[in-house]
Amino acid sequence: MTQMETQPHIDSSRIAEITRGLDRSEIEGREKVFSVTDLAVSYSGKVALQDVSLDVHRNTITAFIGPSGCGKSTFIRCFNRMNDLIPGAEVEGRVLYHGDDLYARDVDPVEIRRRIGMVFQKPNPFPKSIYDNIAFGPRVLGIKGSMDDRVEQALRQAALWDEVKSRLKDNALGLSGGQQQRLCIARALAVEPDVILMDEPASALDPISTTRIEDLMHDLKRDYTIVIVTHNMQQAARVADMTAFFSVLVDEEGAARRGVLVEYDATTKIFTTPSDKRTEDYVTGRFG
Amino acid sequence: MTSLAHAQPPRRDRVWKNRVFMVAMLFSMFVAFGTLVVLLVDTILTGWPALDWKLFSEPPSTVPAEAGARPAILATLYLGFLVLLLSVPIGVLTAIYLEEYANRSRWWNRMIEVNIQNLAAVPSIVYGILGLAFIVRGIGIGRVVFAGALILTLVVLPTVVVASREAIRSVPDSIRQGAFALGATRWQVVWRQVLPAAIPGIATGSILALSRAVGETAPLIMVGAITYVAFNPELFGPYTALPVQIFNWTKQPNLEFQTLAAAAAIVLLVIVLSMNAVAIFLRNRYRKKW
Repeated sequence: MTQMETQPHIDSSRIAEITRGLDRSEIEGREKVFSVTDLAVSYSGKVALQDVSLDVHRNTITAFIGPSGCGKSTFIRCFNRMNDLIPGAEVEGRVLYHGDDLYARDVDPVEIRRRIGMVFQKPNPFPKSIYDNIAFGPRVLGIKGSMDDRVEQALRQAALWDEVKSRLKDNALGLSGGQQQRLCIARALAVEPDVILMDEPASALDPISTTRIEDLMHDLKRDYTIVIVTHNMQQAARVADMTAFFSVLVDEEGAARRGVLVEYDATTKIFTTPSDKRTEDYVTGRFG
Repeated sequence: MTSLAHAQPPRRDRVWKNRVFMVAMLFSMFVAFGTLVVLLVDTILTGWPALDWKLFSEPPSTVPAEAGARPAILATLYLGFLVLLLSVPIGVLTAIYLEEYANRSRWWNRMIEVNIQNLAAVPSIVYGILGLAFIVRGIGIGRVVFAGALILTLVVLPTVVVASREAIRSVPDSIRQGAFALGATRWQVVWRQVLPAAIPGIATGSILALSRAVGETAPLIMVGAITYVAFNPELFGPYTALPVQIFNWTKQPNLEFQTLAAAAAIVLLVIVLSMNAVAIFLRNRYRKKW
């Protein structure tokens, strides 16, 4: 997150050139995968994020950007109920997934996570073979069928197959950082999810690995809905169709800091003609 | 341009302090290491003449030339095996509960934690008294191998729990998150990811705890590991253990028994040191680099 200070000022006209997102009307014509209303998250009573309402559409890439502490990572973890694992975390408001309340009493978070995969900031392969990393998900879920085919298919989808096909039994920790992250993406794909959440998936990677991950996201968009958190604005501009800008709200005493959603629109709009002054300051590099 | 030749020479008192500190360190090391070497050499020199096959094949006898420690050695191996069998499952499950399931904001979980830390500090003779009251007499199974194993299990259990918790805690959280994110249940996360990654640490801690149990004397004297046992031990039969046998031989006035005690001490040392060696090997072999 400290990259923020060192990031050069962004030329917004150049950013506008690299965006390749869809039109807002086209995005909104697609089915709603998530529909969030008045979401607030608190940790042990302290509000981390509040007043968030937005929709995520099918087969699109939605990016969450904003400065450190704006709650974008907290927010993405609401979609697969990973916040449940943090003692003291509380989620208020409503998150609908294909019209069903994700936080309804009878919803099993384990079932949700099977349909909504996640890739983390730091590649976190299991200390097992490449093969076993991919096979873990299908195994714990009791998915039937040929495991070899499933592993190959997942690795192909993640554009990793050609690099690892001859050493599937090797320990995954021996792969490079970029390969490890693509392995984690393959691992998420192996359980055939509907949505893939990515929490700063390229922040620990070099530029070449980052480009590969971004290209991969474009390919995966055909079959999956992708939500990505990133602190890298160019990355959001390059990959996302819709972009949500979050900011930090500090109260009068300066004691409590909480994240709020400032603006949510088509990526092209956010980076060229944002409606909010704060968004403009952020994307042009005057703040952050 | 600066060069080392023009640098100020170090002040005299700095050099002097450095030397004093060096000598103090070497002396401390010598005290610790030297004592161990003297102890080992003395034991080996004293016991060497009596260290023969007879020691392993014969039961104790009033005639030193015919005396061996077979029942004691066997009973010690039995005890070690039983302690491992009892303490590892209980200890590891306790550690899993405390690390992976217990909610630390609940007072009873914090109480269990504090209790376990305190139990590790309780002198083993206290466990012996407890065992005498509740297991030997309370349940009434008598002064048998199994009773001894139960007491030793209680003695080492806190150590096994603490070591296992340490091993479980050293598994990075990103592994758990990764597994949860794939739709694994908590039990699947623990059983298939956390525990396999923690096994080297758990094994190391358990073996070190066991080597302590094997050398314990005080609690076994309390729960009746008796001196003179001329037959092989049985699970629910009377027994003596190697440290108790050594203790009793050293009490004998006859010098030849002292030699026997030293020889038995060598056997005990070999058992304990080789267990520690296995523990160190495991630790180095499976040292994880995440």
